[in-house]
Amino acid sequence: MAREYFVQVAYLLASGLFILGLKGMGSAETARRGMFLAEAGMLLAVIGTLLQAQILRYEWILVGLAVGSAVGVAISLRVPMTAMPQRIAASHAFGALAATLVGVAEFLGSQGHGEVIEHPKMAALGFEVMFGSLTVTGSIMAFGKLQEILPSAPITYRGQNATNIALFLATVGLYVYLIVVPDAAWAFYAMIGLGLAIGILIVLPIGGADMPVVISLLNSYAGLASSATGFAIGNNVLIIAGALDGASGFILSILMSRAMNRSFTNVLFGAFGSAPAAAALKGGTALPVREVTIEDAAVQLAFARRVIVVPGYGLAVAQAQHQVRELAQQVERQGGEVLYAIHPVAGRMPGHMNVLLAEANVPYDALRDMDEINPDFPECDVSLVVGANDVVNPAARTDQSSPIFGMPILDVDKSKSIIVMKRSMNPGFAGIENALFYDPKTAMLFGDAKSSLSKLVAHMKGL
Amino acid sequence: MSNTGLASFMALYVFMLAAFVGYQVIGRVPALLHTPLMSATNAISGISLVGSLVAAGSDDTVTTILGTVAVAAASINVVGGFLITDRMLRMFKHDPARPAKRPKLGHGG
Repeated sequence: MAREYFVQVAYLLASGLFILGLKGMGSAETARRGMFLAEAGMLLAVIGTLLQAQILRYEWILVGLAVGSAVGVAISLRVPMTAMPQRIAASHAFGALAATLVGVAEFLGSQGHGEVIEHPKMAALGFEVMFGSLTVTGSIMAFGKLQEILPSAPITYRGQNATNIALFLATVGLYVYLIVVPDAAWAFYAMIGLGLAIGILIVLPIGGADMPVVISLLNSYAGLASSATGFAIGNNVLIIAGALDGASGFILSILMSRAMNRSFTNVLFGAFGSAPAAAALKGGTALPVREVTIEDAAVQLAFARRVIVVPGYGLAVAQAQHQVRELAQQVERQGGEVLYAIHPVAGRMPGHMNVLLAEANVPYDALRDMDEINPDFPECDVSLVVGANDVVNPAARTDQSSPIFGMPILDVDKSKSIIVMKRSMNPGFAGIENALFYDPKTAMLFGDAKSSLSKLVAHMKGL
Repeated sequence: MSNTGLASFMALYVFMLAAFVGYQVIGRVPALLHTPLMSATNAISGISLVGSLVAAGSDDTVTTILGTVAVAAASINVVGGFLITDRMLRMFKHDPARPAKRPKLGHGG
């Protein structure tokens, strides 16, 4: 009995420590301390669990812990910051897999003992494996797209939405049936099968630029599956930690959708990238773009007082974050001031650009959110756009026919001059022409961002 | 209503309150830290380890196998998640030369 109390006290403390840990995330100064609290909470919860009387043998636990820890350490020490979205997607898959397997084990255990699971427990168990299974395959698909094992462009076909909705309704139907008839093993496994299929099918039509929303939604689902595990096995610390994770994913999904001016349903069923690729600029005539040489761009930057760098996914692809920081330092040495404008959906996951720039030793004081920096653009001498496209497209403000109309953007077009670093003139992911590139104030600097930036720094040093 | 039915209601209360707390606490996390936040909540949701440990420690072979795989998957998230969150957070540096209050561009010198 004393042992039971100890376990419950450990769980209670762990729950409190998790909340305090996430509270620490409220600022960069307290975040690390917060994480130590959360880690202590996790340790307590694990020790508490290992002391439970239900645990009859330890050898397989040790095997699982050893394998998981070794893989976890290996992945987390080696993964580059540019690959963070893939790693997060993979970890959603692992989390959901654990929840699903626990659900299956619980179901099998009850069947093996010839017990009929009670209705409320079946409701939790069903929810756990339904959300768990679709999160497993959905996250694997997201991982594949982000890692570019799978094509990152949307894959669409006729009747796609109708098929997905029908499958989803069938799954929910099985779930309801299971709650009423909890010993229907066929329905349980059919539901898992459908869940796995739905996970694949709903991520197929989603393109790279929509990944921030999808990753956040999958985060939320993984959390809800963990929470449902807590309901199924009657464990409050699981319910609480899962709810925190679910809330976090939910908030991030809302923020990301808002930053794209789109609803969840639009992201899930919209297949954005399939919009007619030739959403040509007014009249469709090929407008001239102004190209700039490295030399001219270097002069422009060397004499600029106020520079705003606008990073996008292209920065991550080119892995040019260190070169961006070198350029900023050079501008500062020559008397200029550099800030970074971060759009909420720049990159492939929430906060992606901040982490990349932090890795390159850019102090976080220089990183500004969209709302904070937009009033500064009219006073900015040079805006340097590195691999960003849709988030700086003024069509979002002006062109009602544009698929991105209404999306909040960085007001780069209001700055005194603009240099856009871009690989080629191909339209951005969304296949939408960008009016910014044809603005008379804009100069295009074509080529690989990393080498262009290095050349710029070298030329500026020579001035 | 049966006892388990009532117990699930208590669990719903716990869930609801935790979700509210989570919403309030996480709503205050700045966009700057959204990636570490995601990685941290991933690590915390590795708490399904708790359920997995019980399954892996059972005396039924199939349950043990499923549990062991679940323990491995969950501990990848816990260990990897916390390590990588810390790795990221260590990179976020404050520039002592800049005043703590963010000045408007061009007005701070």
